[in-house]
Amino acid sequence: MDGIHDLGGVQGFGRVRHRKNSDTYTPVFHAPWEPLGYSLLFLGAAELQLFTIDELRHAIERMVPQQYLSSSYYDRIVVGVASLFVEKGAITQARLEELAGGAFPLALPTGPGLPAEPEKEPLNVGDAVRVHNAFFSGHTRMPGYVRGKRGVVVHRTTDKWPFPEAAGHGLSCEPKSTYHVQFDTKELWGEAADEATVVVDLWGGYLDKV
Amino acid sequence: MSMQAIKAVASESDRAFALNQALEEKALVPNGYVEKFTHVMEEDFDPTNGARVVARAWVDPEYRALLLKDGTAACDVFGYTGAQGEYIVALENTPTLQNVIVCTLCSCTAWPVLGLPPDWYKSFEYRSRVVRESRSVLREMGLDLPESVEIRVWDTSAETRYMVLPFRPEGTEKWSEEQLAAIVTKDVLIGIARPEIGVTNPAHSS
Repeated sequence: MDGIHDLGGVQGFGRVRHRKNSDTYTPVFHAPWEPLGYSLLFLGAAELQLFTIDELRHAIERMVPQQYLSSSYYDRIVVGVASLFVEKGAITQARLEELAGGAFPLALPTGPGLPAEPEKEPLNVGDAVRVHNAFFSGHTRMPGYVRGKRGVVVHRTTDKWPFPEAAGHGLSCEPKSTYHVQFDTKELWGEAADEATVVVDLWGGYLDKV
Repeated sequence: MSMQAIKAVASESDRAFALNQALEEKALVPNGYVEKFTHVMEEDFDPTNGARVVARAWVDPEYRALLLKDGTAACDVFGYTGAQGEYIVALENTPTLQNVIVCTLCSCTAWPVLGLPPDWYKSFEYRSRVVRESRSVLREMGLDLPESVEIRVWDTSAETRYMVLPFRPEGTEKWSEEQLAAIVTKDVLIGIARPEIGVTNPAHSS
């Protein structure tokens, strides 16, 4: 999904408002409502098994861009979790709005998921790969900035996980390893970037050996 | 026109509590569930955990080898695995390589080892810029690295959760593990700082 959340490499943002080692990391939450998003996420995902963490990520991506950009981080979690509980039929938006005393905008639907990850030969460390020049309207964990780009595999995970294109839509599929693929910033953005390398953790379904 | 189009959006706080109440009305929230999970996020997930892992790796070559080969097993020696920390990879810095962690798509972080991510890590500024302008972003945040140091940015885009293993600064040869852990701050574990003698996690002023 080519949404506003896919921020890697987007230009125009100002300075990161932080200087190294300048902020205390406590208190972890700054308002009494802030822990509710993550807590109710794990209630829905781990305890009730109504949805997956992938579906939560996708629900947040499905917020309209204006709402996404103007919400605080923890508010986006609350909206994503609320959207899923409503979509799964556990609660209604009308009741949420009654209890909140005002509008409670939720995420909008996008394209359907994929039932499975495309079958590919396993890759090895050192393999040169090219990321698929493919477009998908549902959930994906392939940041747009690597689409069609060349990199090198530096690690294959020993654990396996379901393809986000399926899991993000509540579909089950066979778990697979992911690959840490290293790219040169020149390959990603030409001269309009600082010289460096970027490693992205990608499912094999996104990659072709070159 | 539906009523929704003209109703003002309720506040963040009112909506969050409304969600909790709507689920409670349906008896979906076990007693104490939110309180218990909040406690885990506030107390158990803490960057001093990652600091302890680094300090052990600095003094114990066998443990260091385990951390670099199987980060999950090494963190599990201390019990620092769990939600958002089930497949951990440690990134080894050298005098000529600085590893930096980001999640451009949301905020993925090794919670049990680093603690929940700070606001700046989740900001649009950091997410958009650090992959493309890493050297400039680090310089703006106070880490001015010479050109001879390669910067490698790790975008947490799947299930791997990263921690940076910094190199041990000179002048700490006789230090205890506890002394060493104190200079491994949250920002050092994320990779936007290098350990410095005398620099520890800033205390909360309450």
